[in-house]
Amino acid sequence: MASRSRKSKSDYGSIYKGHEGQWSWMLHRITGVAVILFLFAHVIDTAAVGWGPGAYNRITAAYENPIVRLLEYGLVVAVLYHSLNGLKITLIDFFPRLVRRIRPISIAFTAVFVLSLIPITWIMLGQAWDLLQK
Amino acid sequence: MATTTTPRPTIPEPAEQALGRGRPVGGFELWTWLFMRISGLLLLVLALGHTLIMHLPDGGVSRINFGFVAVRWESPFWRTWDWMLLMLALVHGINGLRNITLDYVRRPGWRFALNMTYYVLGFTLLVLGTVIVVTFDPTKWGPVG
Repeated sequence: MASRSRKSKSDYGSIYKGHEGQWSWMLHRITGVAVILFLFAHVIDTAAVGWGPGAYNRITAAYENPIVRLLEYGLVVAVLYHSLNGLKITLIDFFPRLVRRIRPISIAFTAVFVLSLIPITWIMLGQAWDLLQK
Repeated sequence: MATTTTPRPTIPEPAEQALGRGRPVGGFELWTWLFMRISGLLLLVLALGHTLIMHLPDGGVSRINFGFVAVRWESPFWRTWDWMLLMLALVHGINGLRNITLDYVRRPGWRFALNMTYYVLGFTLLVLGTVIVVTFDPTKWGPVG
């Protein structure tokens, strides 16, 4: 009862932070939608290869743009996150007893994600930087 | 403060009750549930592999042009890889969009219209991609080199 009278302003004004799983669930959806929207465009741009070198090389020339490279970096991050988090979901769904270890498993997957991001970020931002120098 | 010594509530953590939406009991929804996980495991190799191979080595996507595709698709291995990736990723992604639509769109008419849009778009791209992967012949535009 004591706590009820002691509520500070932040008890009312703070946002609901939820369980970590709620955030990975949301990120899974956002990255999934981002990847499928890219895939729709990617099937079409790759199909241009069937119309010969003129058509296809005109399209791939668009890759030589630092902004496009940053979008691609976002794509790689989204695919990586969605792959790893999807593996986590599948593991827990197929071996439900692992739910009891959800916290260490989530921390391990987050660690793999963040560690993989280091070389990917280094290489891809380096490519974008090289394009800027040209 | 007295509240800090309050014992943990006896109700289980949400994580121990149920995670995610849970496995569907049966029928079509159980099959799509299973498909998402099995195709997901395959896509872990096919999609993540494809993404990393295309973006990281040798300056990333700078090396991709008509000649690159012509040489790459000389190999039945990569043609098969790309075709499997096309099929699995499209069906996996379309089913994901369907799941999200069922969660957020309540009006039956809208649900139907959105889902039909995904199916038609997915089927069209599936046919287009398959035709290109199977019939692509770079020698139509001169020797490959």
